[in-house]
Amino acid sequence: MKTLIAVPVVVAVVASALASEIHAPAQTSAGSAISISTGGSGDATFYLIGPASATKKKVQAGSDIGVDGDELDNSGRYIAILCASDGCTSTSFFVNPAAANRLGLLVHPSRVPTGKANGISTVAFVFDNFHNLVLKPQPIKFSITPKGGKEVSASRESQNGVAWVRISSANKEGATKIGAEIGHADEVRVVQQVAADACNLRIRASRAKENYLVETDPVRDCSGNSVPDGTVVSFTKTDSAGKTTVDVPIKRGVAKVEMPVQGQARITVASGVVTGNELEVSASR
Amino acid sequence: MRRVLPIFIVVVTAVLLVIAWFQSGGAQRREMRSANTPEQAVRLLLSQVQSHNYDAAYDRLANRTDVDKTSFMREFEGSYGSLLTYASLESFDLSPLHSTDSDADVRAHLHYSTAVGPLDDTRDMKVQKSGDVWKVVWPVSRASKLPPQVIPVNYLRWDVISRGAGEEWGVQNVDSPQVRIVSMNAIQRPDSVVLVGEVVNEDSVPAYVNVGATLLDAGGKELAQESSFDKISHVLLPKQVTPYRIDFPNMRLEKIKNVRMDAKALLVAASADPVIEINQQKMETDPLGKKVLSGSLLNQSGQIVNIPHVIAAYYDSNGKVIWVSDGYVAQALLPQIPVSFAVDVPPDIAKNVQTYRVVVNHYDTNSQS
Repeated sequence: MKTLIAVPVVVAVVASALASEIHAPAQTSAGSAISISTGGSGDATFYLIGPASATKKKVQAGSDIGVDGDELDNSGRYIAILCASDGCTSTSFFVNPAAANRLGLLVHPSRVPTGKANGISTVAFVFDNFHNLVLKPQPIKFSITPKGGKEVSASRESQNGVAWVRISSANKEGATKIGAEIGHADEVRVVQQVAADACNLRIRASRAKENYLVETDPVRDCSGNSVPDGTVVSFTKTDSAGKTTVDVPIKRGVAKVEMPVQGQARITVASGVVTGNELEVSASR
Repeated sequence: MRRVLPIFIVVVTAVLLVIAWFQSGGAQRREMRSANTPEQAVRLLLSQVQSHNYDAAYDRLANRTDVDKTSFMREFEGSYGSLLTYASLESFDLSPLHSTDSDADVRAHLHYSTAVGPLDDTRDMKVQKSGDVWKVVWPVSRASKLPPQVIPVNYLRWDVISRGAGEEWGVQNVDSPQVRIVSMNAIQRPDSVVLVGEVVNEDSVPAYVNVGATLLDAGGKELAQESSFDKISHVLLPKQVTPYRIDFPNMRLEKIKNVRMDAKALLVAASADPVIEINQQKMETDPLGKKVLSGSLLNQSGQIVNIPHVIAAYYDSNGKVIWVSDGYVAQALLPQIPVSFAVDVPPDIAKNVQTYRVVVNHYDTNSQS
């Protein structure tokens, strides 16, 4: 009985001593080729399972297996498995991101009113050449170039692959280039700084044949920027005939409308939630 | 036996034809052909209009020499892509106003079914006795015509270039426009809860806006969800303000603890043209005794506005929006030709209205925006 038990145990121990083995470097960089050593003998199948890919190839157990760099593009944990006639054995290793060489730059919003404190959010994501997020801290140079102005820059270190700055919009309207730079990567976005709400909205009326021509002074925001053409200005006239309203878009900096007037009339103006002055006009004048 | 079946089929066909004739109002039309009363004359005319028999309807007019047949047809069929071109006269009711031996006035309430829902129109028709029969005196259209001319239009137009499919990650699209709900008021109506208010486009680009609302009970559970649908001017130019109204039928205000508002805005291509002037706005009582806000629309541009849609916000003495009503205008807006409109105001709300504001939304078949 003892012999019957002892024989299979010895066979198993000998078999395990001859079983295939696989050894990979504990870590490597994305895109770098590696060599995985194996033990044992005979035909075997090699599997490499990564975060975004899986490959299979026939190999000879006991020889080194070369893994090309393009099989290791994605950073993360990889499992290498060697299956031979005596069973399967596996090992795992980590592929770290390569050197930071790309940037994803998110700038929000694409339009911002002038003079808005911390109105522009700029977030940079640091990637290697293989689109892996680089988690190690990296210095990123953020730059702002106003239209017709000098570039202003500041450096921020990324944390967990992300770096950000908040920027206040300028008091002068116009396109501003916001950039971020790392290694050979240089990304630029354009933010349109537009005039804020109208400020001191004023109208004046003059006779135009039988009607009154009512027009605004050049419509500007509180920083003196011209409110963009197309912005709606609402004129309201109230007289004995009733009420008249017209939504007129600004054209060449001013909004104007012709209105018939019966008797005494009161004319008001508004743009969005901003109201302007009131005029009292008379048909007889 | 062989002859029985054909005879049976002929008899059944004849019976069906007779039924169909009765159902289509043939007997009624025949009875009225003589138009012995003013009401019969109007009913006959409108029945013929309803069945698109304009030749017969036109023949029934007392003043054919003054009325152009094409103009008469356009009164019901519409023109220039107006709402009536997408409508049909579904039914009508008549009520006599006054009558003598030789003339009479009959009020006709016309009910159209249109692409945007029912449309009602009221017309007072003069009827004259001519020999033994009564005939309708059709009002002669005095609509002014615009002389041929060139109207220069140089308003802004916005086009949008969106992000390309092959762009890198991080190259984001142009942001959606910033819109803001500036007011909201929940009102209990007899059969519904209504949310009214205003929304403004705060951005410097045009926005396609839709306002939605979700009603929540005390436990935070969703009771109902609705959107403003067509009770809003969807395309807002920069700094433009529109009223909105959201109806929740069969809902009680007491059940609602909270309202979640959601204004969605999309960046759209748009044109600042046409500019529509809204003149002579006044609250009045119409001939049917209903409170209405009436006025006239004047298209200042050179482009035809096919279907104007009037939306009015009403404010109380505190400047709070207390109601929003809307109405489609049956006629197209031709350049520089005024067209009148009227929108209903519930009588219980009309008494609290201190002021109002009207905007015009428009649907154009040849719109470039």
